[in-house]
Amino acid sequence: MTVTEERPTVEIGAPRKRKEDARLLTGRTRWTDNITLQGMLHIAMVRSPVAHGTITSISTDAAKAAPGVVAVLTAADLGDAQGGLPNAWQVAPDQKAPNHPSMAIDHVAFAGEVVAMVVARSSAEARDGAELVDVDYDYLPPALDLRDCAADKVLAHPDLGTNVSAHYEWHSADHGTGGDVEAAIAEARANGIVIEREYRQQRLIPAFMEPRSIVADPTGEQWTIWTSTQVPHFVRIFMALVTGIPESKLRVIAPDVGGGFGGKLQFTPEEVLTVLAAKHTGKPCKYTESRSESLMAAHHGRDQWQKLTLAANSDGIVTGLKVELLADMGAYLGLVSSAIPLLGAYMFNAIYKFGSYKFACTNVFTNKAWTDAYRGAGRPEATFAIERLMDELAAEVGVDPMEIRQKNWITHDEFPFRTVAGLDYDTGNYEAATDKAKQAFGYDELRTEQKRRRDAGDPVQLGIGISTYTEMCGLAPSRWLGSQGYIAGGWEHASIRMLPTGKVEVVTGTSPHGQGHETAWSQIVADRLGVAFEDVEVLHGDTQVAARGLDTYGSRSLSVGAMAVVAAADKVIEKAKPSAAHLLEADVGDIEWSGSQLRVKGTEEGKSLGEIAFAVLQSHNMPDGVEHSIDADATFDADTFSFPHGTHLCAVEVDTETGNVAIRKYVSVDDIGKVVNPLIVDGQVHGGIAQGVAQALFEEGVYDDSGTLVTGSFVDYLVPSAADLPTFDIDRTETPATTNALGVKGVGEAGTIASTPAVVNAIVDAVRHLGINDIAMPCSPQRVWSAIQSAGGAS
Amino acid sequence: MARINVTVDGVGYSDDVEPRTLLVQYLRDTVGKTGTVVGCDTSNCGACTVHLDGRSVKSCSVLAVQADGHEVTTIEGLADGDTLHPMQQAYHDNHALQCGYCTPGMIMQSIDLLNDNPSPSEQEVRDGLEGNLCRCTGYQNIVKAVLAAAQGGAS
Amino acid sequence: MIPAKFDYVAPESVADAIAALRSDSAEIKVLGGGQSLLPVLRMRLAAPTLLVDLGRIAELSGVSDDGDAIVIGAMTTHAEVAANALIAEHASVLSKTALTVADPQVRHRGTLGGSLVHADPAGDLPAPILALDAELVVAGAGGERTVSAADFFVDLFTTAVGEDEILTRIRVPKHTGWGSHYEKFNRVAQAWSIVGVAANVRTDGGTIAEAKIALTNMGSTAMRASAVEAALVGQPATDDAVRAAAASAADGTSPPSDADGDADYRRHLATVLTRRAVLAAAG
Repeated sequence: MTVTEERPTVEIGAPRKRKEDARLLTGRTRWTDNITLQGMLHIAMVRSPVAHGTITSISTDAAKAAPGVVAVLTAADLGDAQGGLPNAWQVAPDQKAPNHPSMAIDHVAFAGEVVAMVVARSSAEARDGAELVDVDYDYLPPALDLRDCAADKVLAHPDLGTNVSAHYEWHSADHGTGGDVEAAIAEARANGIVIEREYRQQRLIPAFMEPRSIVADPTGEQWTIWTSTQVPHFVRIFMALVTGIPESKLRVIAPDVGGGFGGKLQFTPEEVLTVLAAKHTGKPCKYTESRSESLMAAHHGRDQWQKLTLAANSDGIVTGLKVELLADMGAYLGLVSSAIPLLGAYMFNAIYKFGSYKFACTNVFTNKAWTDAYRGAGRPEATFAIERLMDELAAEVGVDPMEIRQKNWITHDEFPFRTVAGLDYDTGNYEAATDKAKQAFGYDELRTEQKRRRDAGDPVQLGIGISTYTEMCGLAPSRWLGSQGYIAGGWEHASIRMLPTGKVEVVTGTSPHGQGHETAWSQIVADRLGVAFEDVEVLHGDTQVAARGLDTYGSRSLSVGAMAVVAAADKVIEKAKPSAAHLLEADVGDIEWSGSQLRVKGTEEGKSLGEIAFAVLQSHNMPDGVEHSIDADATFDADTFSFPHGTHLCAVEVDTETGNVAIRKYVSVDDIGKVVNPLIVDGQVHGGIAQGVAQALFEEGVYDDSGTLVTGSFVDYLVPSAADLPTFDIDRTETPATTNALGVKGVGEAGTIASTPAVVNAIVDAVRHLGINDIAMPCSPQRVWSAIQSAGGAS
Repeated sequence: MARINVTVDGVGYSDDVEPRTLLVQYLRDTVGKTGTVVGCDTSNCGACTVHLDGRSVKSCSVLAVQADGHEVTTIEGLADGDTLHPMQQAYHDNHALQCGYCTPGMIMQSIDLLNDNPSPSEQEVRDGLEGNLCRCTGYQNIVKAVLAAAQGGAS
Repeated sequence: MIPAKFDYVAPESVADAIAALRSDSAEIKVLGGGQSLLPVLRMRLAAPTLLVDLGRIAELSGVSDDGDAIVIGAMTTHAEVAANALIAEHASVLSKTALTVADPQVRHRGTLGGSLVHADPAGDLPAPILALDAELVVAGAGGERTVSAADFFVDLFTTAVGEDEILTRIRVPKHTGWGSHYEKFNRVAQAWSIVGVAANVRTDGGTIAEAKIALTNMGSTAMRASAVEAALVGQPATDDAVRAAAASAADGTSPPSDADGDADYRRHLATVLTRRAVLAAAG
């Protein structure tokens, strides 16, 4: 275990305005779709409108004859060269997965799957050609309902023989972290309280703003592939494995990337197909998806049925929690599809001290777009379930939902704490965050107003929702990943290059797409190496520059990626010491780091790293054995996760006449440990909360009975605008993590994890007195109104 | 093909275009104004917002031929050399962008909003940006930036 | 995202436009502001062979005073309608409704005439046109004819405008001094109305003297809520009285069921929103 270092900081903690902004504000951007190469060809995909079927014929003659069309490629043309797309996480030894070709061969398993591609001189001609490709299908019954599919009533992949991809379980009694959950439930049935609920985590679509785009250039000795991805390093490795192009011949660049939220944590069919088109034509090829294609065929998120059994004694002390999940994988397994529920498995107990815990999950195939990471990935689902249940328990016991949490949570003096799910929480202070949030919220006053409105039978009822969440951040310790069946590690890499002009190049293996790493890493390095913020340049997202790295997702970049940067900075200092000793005519043992210089102990005489870099460049007079560079590489692999936490409070007004929900007040107090840049952190929290609110109120990926995505455009998939969201009143407490040098925990997903249950708890709280204890997400006006009608109306 | 004459960011262009060419495609592919981007195909996201004769429009919802004889301003025409337009500066000062993909359209609409209503309330700012989607910021700092620009007299 | 190929003409007179519509191109579409048509073309849900752009016909734009009515050119944009002082004074329900259409960028391009001829049942502007008893002037090869608002909206996406005709202007009788409100209910700001209610009410000393109420998205076209109108006349503008009258708002409607709401919910919403719209208009 590392202990947070107390060293002077100037930059860390400062609200530095972002370096990234200059180009983004002025339109001098490098989105993949902005890249145009001489002779470049354009691709249009032909996608199956059929959710489940067999391809009986594909006619490409008309398309081939169309103006500007250079090639029309089907699976028959690609042959074995297209290989199969990988899934990187085996959650059970007998995990089943269908072959996943980039282009359907004869069986289509969801509406949106690519069945042919047209390569043409312009994107318009490619699209014109695609309209002329005629595909005939034999229809098969689509497997759509998750519960029916779990029972194999209809098969998504008939040749697999079952829809069940994997089943896995975890029980505290088997791991010595708690008791037997069935015993706890039996005891509670006899002498306490049992709460049984089923919650639906609806299907969501990440809906990053930049549609995905790929340019593949086969010209010259090396392939260059620009792609709008969160994971250029993964793309490089998998592209090599799938296409057989040697990894050493592949350069993958993630230029400016317009958001991801997990949705670009993928190795995609379109990436492979663009490379195959370039290989076939010998020309650079570009594919840019339309929004409709993106919503239809980029991976989706969430989509679970959660069956929950909570056992408590009659005072409301929780003695056990049993979780049984059905998780919709969709038609195929993507990179980490199978493990999304697993990433939540250790979080259902959240901030509480439960006596026993059991988790079971069944991963199920359906004929829908495949699901995979979406902001929070597993943890929002877990947090939603437990925070909703704690409200239900409070209602059953007859106490304020805040009180039920206080009865059950880990108190600040109990850290470090091993949870019933076997994780070691290093620090936390749930009381402090909650007190601060309650103050800002005016909790007691709002409860008084709620009672007044309830008593008066006001058509607009007030509800208060609480979410006291925690999460596991910093995916992930490599050993842990290995123990869970993941193919890769979870370390991160960084290089620091000291330039002789005093400038510093920081090369990071993280791959930011809005998170502000260029700014934050500059702040960290400025403090660590005693250089100016402006003198630091952060390089990333190009496998030829950042040769090593595991990219950006899972709130890992700061707590893992920046630790590699810190380690590399420390190495630079160590590496510069012999040169400094030589320049200062002192013994290496007498050289110490002042914060900005290497000095002779006890003197003011020293050399900055820039000066030393210049001296080693010259090397006119260096002793034998001194390296002609003080650059350093470092990796960092965390020992454990970090555990941000916080308290989110939401007040909603529910119009019982229309079912409309309006957020009246939203307060969050997050504890993410030390903060590098408060501007960036605030932005992450705002955006995170907005996405969680959107799950609660607006967004749902809906398929009709034929397996057609009904919410296939932004007309129907309701991403909220500024006019649909309130101002969030956000604040922080600071309990530093003890598991990394900076005391940081991670913030990318916190808001999304916390906010969904806060909003839904508030809605249910507003109408609970009418006899309602649940409303399915998204809580649309129709659903809220119908719930009120079913319960007998508002008055 | 139809011949059109369009002024973009103060420079006159004369080009032959297919009638079906959308203004945004003309700007990006013919004029090279790749600062203006496409985020959807249903006119919802507003990422492609530019000014046509001084009023904000979604350039995916205008044909290039309709812009014949008119003047277009894009995100690339706002700054004066190295000096940002006050709205760009306000976005920077208030951390009103993360991935930056919605930013060009958002800024163009924000400027139009203040042209229409130089002293908007917070709600008026939110309503005035209803046609622009952002997935990163939760809009909070965008609203703050527009209000700050209004205070500072941006136009 | 890229429309299929089409030919394009931009006539500078109504006569030339009608001539273009009568040309032998296989499928001709009129381009007004394009805010409904271009999305359809981008998605290739329609593939016209010829677009006739009305954007260069100067006489189709603008608002003028014509004695007991105001006349609005069909190509007048939503933004112009919303900002026009004449309309605000004499037909305020139209100003208010125009301000709720889509978003500012769309309102800068989208036109009143285009929106009316498109006749989307969830579109907002037919309702105030009905609630103002407007008359619509349609030009064809044989000259002009006037169609009342009540006869204009025929069915889903269908109006009285023939294939070789264009809507040139909308004549709105002055409703000076009338109170108005458009109550729009939707899930996110730029979404289509689940239900909308346009209320155009004349009060006389706290009593409702005349009421013209029209509903959006309660059937295949916008429609007047005649039963409510009749029940309101002579009633005080109080919550109880208006509530009682608004209870019949869904009479004779046949609302759709979709992801935003089923028909029963829409019928219920119509009563609530009508009450709110009338109270706001009369208040």
